Amino acid sequence: MSLLNIENLSNAIGDKAILKGLSLSINAGEIHAIMGPNGAGKSTLAYTLGGRPGYDVTGGSVEFDGKDLLELEPHERAAAGLFLGFQYPVEIPGVSNLQFLRESLNNQRKARGQEALSGGEFIRLAKEKAGLLSLDMEMLKRPVNVGFSGGEKKRNEMVQMGILDPKLAILDETDSGLDIDALRVVGHGINSIMRKPDKAVLLITHYQRLLDYVQPDFVHVLAAGRIVKSGGPELALELEREGYAHIVEAEGASA
Amino acid sequence: MSEEVEIRDAEARAAAARVADYEHGWSSEIEQEFAPKGLSEDTVRFISAKKEEPEWMLEWRLKAYRYWLTMETPDWAKLNIPPIDYQDAYYYAAPKQKDKLQSLDEVDPEILRVYEKLGIPIEEQKVLAGVEGARKVAVDAVFDSVSVATTFRKELEDAGVIFRSISEAIREFPELVKKWLGKVVPMHDNYFAALNCAVFSDGTFVYVPEGVRCPMELSTYFRINAENTGQFERTLIVADKGAYVSYLEGCTAPQRDENQLHAAVVELVTLDDAEIKYSTVQNWYPGDAEGKGGIYNFVTKRALCQGKNSKVSWTQVETGSAITWKYPSCVLNGENSVGEFYSVAVTNNYQQADTGTKMIHNGKGSRSTIISKGISAGRSDNTYRGLVRVAPQAEGVRNFTQCDSLLLGDQCGAHTVPYIEVRNPSATIEHEATTSKISDDQLFYAMQRGLDQESAVALIVNGFAKEVLQQLPMEFAVEAQKLLGISLEGSVG
Ligand SMILES: Nc1ncnc2c1ncn2[C@@H]1O[C@H](COP(=O)(O)OP(=O)(O)OP(=O)(O)O)[C@@H](O)[C@H]1O
Ligand SMILES: [Mg+2]
Repeated sequence: MSLLNIENLSNAIGDKAILKGLSLSINAGEIHAIMGPNGAGKSTLAYTLGGRPGYDVTGGSVEFDGKDLLELEPHERAAAGLFLGFQYPVEIPGVSNLQFLRESLNNQRKARGQEALSGGEFIRLAKEKAGLLSLDMEMLKRPVNVGFSGGEKKRNEMVQMGILDPKLAILDETDSGLDIDALRVVGHGINSIMRKPDKAVLLITHYQRLLDYVQPDFVHVLAAGRIVKSGGPELALELEREGYAHIVEAEGASA
Repeated sequence: MSEEVEIRDAEARAAAARVADYEHGWSSEIEQEFAPKGLSEDTVRFISAKKEEPEWMLEWRLKAYRYWLTMETPDWAKLNIPPIDYQDAYYYAAPKQKDKLQSLDEVDPEILRVYEKLGIPIEEQKVLAGVEGARKVAVDAVFDSVSVATTFRKELEDAGVIFRSISEAIREFPELVKKWLGKVVPMHDNYFAALNCAVFSDGTFVYVPEGVRCPMELSTYFRINAENTGQFERTLIVADKGAYVSYLEGCTAPQRDENQLHAAVVELVTLDDAEIKYSTVQNWYPGDAEGKGGIYNFVTKRALCQGKNSKVSWTQVETGSAITWKYPSCVLNGENSVGEFYSVAVTNNYQQADTGTKMIHNGKGSRSTIISKGISAGRSDNTYRGLVRVAPQAEGVRNFTQCDSLLLGDQCGAHTVPYIEVRNPSATIEHEATTSKISDDQLFYAMQRGLDQESAVALIVNGFAKEVLQQLPMEFAVEAQKLLGISLEGSVG
């Protein structure tokens, strides 16, 4: 059964149409990669699925884990098991990562009718996930993303994913800004957190490098607001060799 | 029965007496315990007589009253104050038995919801809301859970700390009170201070003797007793040489109060090497979402850092009142004395706040730190107004000021009005100011992680105010954090 089913999704930011009839289906247990030229609408897709205000859906439907995703508020989507790894993680001065995540997790748990985690339980969980991503616990005591390097921010996103333990993770250019070693650590992190029969991942990326560690089952090309081509892992390699021009032309998509 | 209970806690004793009175059916007599409506010399005499004050105190009050008659309402602050009819108010109404409610069911559900969110126990809720008979239960509770209170009192006395209502102190320690009362905030200081001098109802007196470190946070167990501090509160705290005390005023819970005008005066004195830490949580009724009702809170707070190396630290969390007007200040006379001011002021709906501090550097090497965090939402107005003055003789003065404003929405106002008067070139004065908005990015990020909008706003605002909140005593910091969130409910989206 599909965990996420997007049908004919269109949206607009203000009066600018970005997604133009995008369809995509993801089953539990699968890893999908989306690639595509700058400005194609990849981040817009992620934000729209997350329910970001201002990203108005103008057509189509999205079903997530049996629910009408578009009916839900952003925090309800999170509680339903949707996680966004941000292309540009946001800073929240004065709020420690631990406080932020504990409140977030307990809010989610409450929404799902689960008991809140105690302070001790939470710290153990945070330690384990930070360890998995080789992020110093001291970093988690600092304010959310404030003064973090680009790569640290991305690793922090993955620690958050580990703690929140979503069903579906949409990771927007999580590989950008990572050094070679960090890329490997993050790749392993994604695998160990998300490669489970009841979970799925949608990786948004420009390069093959992350896919070397997190092997996708499917690769899609998003151009001009639609999926213009889908294939197996070999499609990513082909794109890396040849770029987007010929596919975008062949599929008749134009921006 | 109550007569037999040995209670050293002054406030508790007074409260217990009131309950006893009521039980013995003296309620009709109690109901006459009102000064006639309006303000006159007779009102002042009535109050002084009720409090069995010595002659000098009455004279002092009358002098203040006569002075007040010659003054005009200040209009310089960035506030829009509707005219107040001083003749249309009661200035003394001691035990307010008359308007007790019968049960919590009669309390405004809005207020109950806030109590719940703050996690206030039911019995305390009843007292705060003014429910019939609740006081007795609560007083008993104070004795059971807080036979602590009596223990506390014993501990304080053993340490030599005097902790009394100001009325009692005037009777029991007249010399000590006389020495400092009105010395920090003179009666002619301003309109509301003069009014307070004339008609102050009650308040607190603390004296910490030389070399004594007060063994506990004062008044951390006083949430209940705060009820009757009333309209014209008067506080005087004196820390003698080398003494230390931490005092907390106020209450996170919104309290029912029919008095529209609150004009408190707080005076602090520190001698050589002494320190006072004074924390306030102010959450008086702010009025409704349309700006109707609410308390006018015009407070004069000032500290005299008289001794060398003495220190006063003001921390305030101001979320309540329709109009707030207060500038907890430090007169830094002592050599190397230190003044600190940490403030969070939240305004929502139609609230107005004009708050800040004055650091008056007269002493050589005196230092001050000012951290002000203003949070405005709705159609409110929030002003920081601060003065840093360095006297010609004060060598080597340092000040650091940081004023940050956070805006929620685009119909509110934030203003920063710093006055800097430096008459000694050796001074180092730093001033930083920022204005920011809660960004859509931050809100969405937090909500994507699972926080509903109000929790997300509360979290971000608490982060913004953290430097100030962490100055509060632990147990109040937690409540204050919740309070910020509650005060801003409905302000976004
Ligand atoms: N707030 C906005 N207002 C107007 N246009 C926007 C806004 N946000 C995005 N867009 C536009 O929408 C289009 C898609 O942007 P999006 O960020 O989704 O691209 P992307 O595929 O993620 O690109 P990249 O690979 O560079 O990250 C772009 O043309 C962008 O300029
Ligand atoms: Mg993008």
